[in-house]
Amino acid sequence: MNMNRRFFLRASAVAGGGFMLALCPKSELDAQGFPGGEQALLPKDFISIAPDGTATIVAKNQELGQGALNLLPMMIAEELDVDWKAVRIVRSGVGPQYGGQITGGSSATPSNWEPMRRIGAAARQMMIAAAAQTWGVPAEECSTASGVVHHPASNRSLGYGELAPKAAAMPVPAFASLRMKDAKDYKIIGKSTAGAETREILTGKPIFGIDVTLPGMLYAVFEKTPVLGGKVVSANLDVVKAMKGVRHAFVVEGIPMASNYPNYLFDGPGFEAGVAIVADSWWAAQSARRKLEVKWDSGKWATQDSDANARKADELAQKPAGRGLRKEGDAEAAFRRDDVKVLEARYEFPFIAHATMEPQNCTAHYKDGKMEIWSTSQFPAPGRTAVARLLGMAEADVSLHMVRAGGGFGRRAYNDSMLEAAWISKTVGAPVKLVWSREDDMRHDYYRCGGFQFFKAAVDRSGKLVAWKDHFVAYGEGNAFVHDGGFNAGEFPAGYVENLLVEASTMPLGLKTGALRAPGSNSIAWVMQSFIDEMAHAAGKDPMEFRLDLLKNGVPAAPAAAGSRPQPRGLNPARMAAVIQLAAEKSGWGKRKLPAGTALGIAFHFSHGGYFAEVAEVAVSANKKVKVNKVWVAGDIGSHVINPSSAENQVQGAVIDGLSEMMQEITLKEGRVVQSNYHEHPALRMPQAPAIEIHFLKTNNPPTGLGEPALPPILPAVANAVFSAVGERIRTLPMSKQGFSFA
Amino acid sequence: MIKLTINGKSQQFDGDPEMPLLWLLRDELNLKGTKFGCGMGLCGACTIHINGEPARSCVTKASDVAGKSITTIEGISTDGSHPVQVAWAAVDVPQCGYCQAGQMMTACALLKQTPKPTDAQIDSAMAGNLCRCGTYIRIRAAIHQAAEMSNTRTVARPNAEVAR
Repeated sequence: MNMNRRFFLRASAVAGGGFMLALCPKSELDAQGFPGGEQALLPKDFISIAPDGTATIVAKNQELGQGALNLLPMMIAEELDVDWKAVRIVRSGVGPQYGGQITGGSSATPSNWEPMRRIGAAARQMMIAAAAQTWGVPAEECSTASGVVHHPASNRSLGYGELAPKAAAMPVPAFASLRMKDAKDYKIIGKSTAGAETREILTGKPIFGIDVTLPGMLYAVFEKTPVLGGKVVSANLDVVKAMKGVRHAFVVEGIPMASNYPNYLFDGPGFEAGVAIVADSWWAAQSARRKLEVKWDSGKWATQDSDANARKADELAQKPAGRGLRKEGDAEAAFRRDDVKVLEARYEFPFIAHATMEPQNCTAHYKDGKMEIWSTSQFPAPGRTAVARLLGMAEADVSLHMVRAGGGFGRRAYNDSMLEAAWISKTVGAPVKLVWSREDDMRHDYYRCGGFQFFKAAVDRSGKLVAWKDHFVAYGEGNAFVHDGGFNAGEFPAGYVENLLVEASTMPLGLKTGALRAPGSNSIAWVMQSFIDEMAHAAGKDPMEFRLDLLKNGVPAAPAAAGSRPQPRGLNPARMAAVIQLAAEKSGWGKRKLPAGTALGIAFHFSHGGYFAEVAEVAVSANKKVKVNKVWVAGDIGSHVINPSSAENQVQGAVIDGLSEMMQEITLKEGRVVQSNYHEHPALRMPQAPAIEIHFLKTNNPPTGLGEPALPPILPAVANAVFSAVGERIRTLPMSKQGFSFA
Repeated sequence: MIKLTINGKSQQFDGDPEMPLLWLLRDELNLKGTKFGCGMGLCGACTIHINGEPARSCVTKASDVAGKSITTIEGISTDGSHPVQVAWAAVDVPQCGYCQAGQMMTACALLKQTPKPTDAQIDSAMAGNLCRCGTYIRIRAAIHQAAEMSNTRTVARPNAEVAR
């Protein structure tokens, strides 16, 4: 028998007596895993049943506020057929036995929907087998409910807790024999469950990364080079060491990056030079830092400047593009037709920071050749690999504990603070908690990449979009975009315009860039859906109708050019049209009389497998204060919304996060990041939060994730509403560049 | 030597009088519920009460609170039964949860002063507390619910079961 197709049971004594049944599936679900070089799913110990019937279910993914601690155990518990109140959720460790543990790309739902439910279904069948054997009846005559196996014919029942030791000895079902529930019988999936750690949060328990405390622990701060790749020439370490409470102060040389624009996720996050200060308390370390004077060699990026970059982009836009990304038909010829109306526009979006509420931090303990780490990482396993590589250790000697994160949004996919804490702990030979200040956090991010889009498009006399040209001026060198600063040439309306030309040019950048919630989409949706809106107005069409017409205009797809983002997973125009119509209907699109200066705007975007259309109602005052009165969200994430309360929270949060992004920017001057704290990189506050009405369209498609796809459409929906309200198009973000601010 | 009262208990501190109350609470007294967010009084994650008034512990020096009475999230109830905590659970407010202690401490102070706040009063009182996850709508709802609870002295049942 193929061992990969079997489940393995392990019964072990529990402290306090009794047996725990632990179910260890080996699965062949390579194809279900998150792309990115992970192993096939090989989890162990996902379920244990205590004698009282309590089902302890392992949550393998990191919790950042997206609800992962509940999500995957809910899938298991549903098919196991236990009551949710009998479930105890525990965190897993980090290891290949748990399968994919990367948190990103809204991937937890789609990649775990099948495997997690199968784990539960297999355990349920073993319980039935144990009961059937006990009673001497066929398994087919037995049923389960609420953690109990029933034999209706003889009116007998046994609880999972009683059956567990015997179930552990049962033959294990092959995948082919697994019987999954009919979705209409779901009792947990589709019902709201409160966060597994809500009680701890509300009573102030020390559950976050920054709360980790070890015996004999020291506290560290790390003053890093303010310019990427800079070096320490000298530092007044003696002065710092003389400060009260300071134990160590030393220069960290840093390690040059392997290439100009590595993939910071998997090639390693980079290890910058700086000065580490280690003290008896964080405050002592931070106070000593104020006396620190460092002479830096800032290196080749010392004169980098955001204004100069913008000028450079405009120069590049005037020249032939560096390369073509996608071409269909002949856009240039279409622009010369005399029956078309042609529009050109320049869009610019800035770098922005993640600014998680909990600043980056990590606790590390190096002892006797072993490293133990407590981290909030979204990419724990690659972090461990990077630590081992940096310190020349065997990966087996680096162990990792996952700790709740105070927000992630992609920032904690980059394990720089983990490397720093590990290095500092190894250097001083003691457990060390490294905590970044807010200023460190804002100035040493992997920023959402900025960029420039130069558009030209044409509509014919019937109002049809007949040509679309996009010259993307991006950061990078030659054909290489910076990490996460590229562009999906297949982005809508590609595939829906007969004459299409997408080109790119690059210019160098000395700043780390990375994934921010709905990477790529968070900027591109605004650009594309804004310019589509411009074309709708140019065509004299209703912007909602114009979009629906465009979705009917599918043309055969061309392959993507090398180096561009992967193609979207096949936008289905019918699914998109359905959410557009739903958002329009719920918002009263075209049916409500609104006061002067108040208007609706609509936008849609497909990302992470999710279909979202959003309508914003805004009121714009004479002094350009934008009040977002209300937002209607229509989404299609497949057949099930697994945890509705969490889902509503994610969508509300995505809308508010997206509005924040309209106010934010990170700029460079003399090679350094200018912004330092929340006063210079604001986020939406309660008085600015609009009412948000959410509608999910359930469709017969496998469920997909929700951490990200509701965010992208809100920016263009608001910008399009602002245009309809006052006639000014927002083409540069932050919108303050054009004098707009949120009321 | 600085003497102060924290959550009803007398405490002494003979370290750096310049140390912000935030770090005194977190690292000297091991009260980790109060959170570090910005260090400049911009985000509200570190909100505590000084003599009943909400304040930012990250910009309050230890020497400034000598002789004063401090309440932290750990001090508003021993078992999560404060109406604000019950309402927050019932509404299922948190996402990441990092800012919520500060949010609740500001809300407690608001409700003490204004037992039945309007939306506008809530918005105004809570404007200094940042939530990067965007839970504002639920926070507002939870404050209304807590106000209701305090007024009727009944405790609403959570609408979602908590896994234990």
